Amino acid sequence: MTITGIAALGAGLAAIGAGIGIGKIGGSAMEAMARQPEMHGKIQSSALILAAFVEAVALFGVVAAIILK
Amino acid sequence: MTLNTFKSVLFSALFLAISFAGYATEDSDNKDDKEFDANEMIMHHVKDAYGMHIITFNEGKEDEHHISIPLPVILWTENGLTTFMSSEFHHDYSGQVVVEKNGGRFVNVHEKIYQLNDGESVVSYDAEHHPVNAKMPLDFSITRNVFMMWVSFTILLLIFLTAARHYKKSENNIPKGIASFVEPLVVFVRDEIGKPMIGEHKYKKYMPYLLTVFFFIWINNIFGLIPFFNGANLSGNIAFTLTLAFVTFIITTFSGNKNYWKHIFWMPGVPVPMKIFLMPIEIIGMFTKPISLMIRLFANITAGHIIILALYSLIFIFKTEFMGFVSVPFALFIGIIEIIVTAIQAYIFTVLSALYFGMATEEAHH
Repeated sequence: MTITGIAALGAGLAAIGAGIGIGKIGGSAMEAMARQPEMHGKIQSSALILAAFVEAVALFGVVAAIILK
Repeated sequence: MTLNTFKSVLFSALFLAISFAGYATEDSDNKDDKEFDANEMIMHHVKDAYGMHIITFNEGKEDEHHISIPLPVILWTENGLTTFMSSEFHHDYSGQVVVEKNGGRFVNVHEKIYQLNDGESVVSYDAEHHPVNAKMPLDFSITRNVFMMWVSFTILLLIFLTAARHYKKSENNIPKGIASFVEPLVVFVRDEIGKPMIGEHKYKKYMPYLLTVFFFIWINNIFGLIPFFNGANLSGNIAFTLTLAFVTFIITTFSGNKNYWKHIFWMPGVPVPMKIFLMPIEIIGMFTKPISLMIRLFANITAGHIIILALYSLIFIFKTEFMGFVSVPFALFIGIIEIIVTAIQAYIFTVLSALYFGMATEEAHH
């Protein structure tokens, strides 16, 4: 397997991890909003920030794959 | 100088810059029907370039011609300052067109300008397609990213000076005109980012930076999506995000109080071996925070551009128009997501900067 293949595989694995992470954040945020509708705004903004943190990991993988291309 | 004359000067400067447009050149190179290379097309769009290319007519045919805005190329060579317009390359970025200026010969190889060594007239490459008989001069060119940055400066100045003038004149501070568009956003940055992240008492000092960063990133993200500007991908340029992240790092470091440095070098509340163990981790953490800011903005914006361009490339890869029924809806979908991402990334960058400032200025709680 070439280095490109390994880099692409790594990017894919990072995407799986980020998918699980964002899924958990989204699920918990939904649950929290359903329990406390009055906290809707605050929960949404912190969920977005956390999603950006997790998403960055997947994008690091993409960047690594592009660099190693 | 009153604000009105200032505004008209800004406007005339902008129009002067744009009025170079309509500059059409004929490409005499014989370009045969070469295979469509999606990778090269995407990278060419994502990277910085000399000159703003708008459209190509009759691509690959005899009478191919381009419409673009030429931008100045400014180089510092051994013979001193060398300047010429990017149109002298005739839209060539494969190193074939040689421009002779000020005793040097210059070629454009994949949007990087090389100066040929003395006596050479054709650029030659090694196995990895790096030029071997040429070197790179110091490059201060007004590339399309620099040009777009100036355009967004101008637009932001116009918006905010108009709003500021309105508040100066009005007696009851009721927003009107452009001010009614700007005020909710400024209040949002203050109430949702500044106050909760930094704290009620200290947030005022950091508001100018937070507002600047928020609006500057946002407007540049939006400009990246406008097709006419040919994706002048400013916020997807790592040098741009590096500069913003570096400024955040400097502000964080210089506003750090005793408590902040204590948490880095001698973490309170943990046993001594743990303190020694945590010190290098915290020092590395000081640098990884701005680096992650830099990579996050760069990667998000670049990835968005690459996805949209890759979807359009599918039509040319499969060589059938019917692929458009797949590509266009998907590209539209991603495009709508990207519009949301422009705002979210500006917000995230500002929130995280504010968070770091808040961490640096936090008082010890007992």
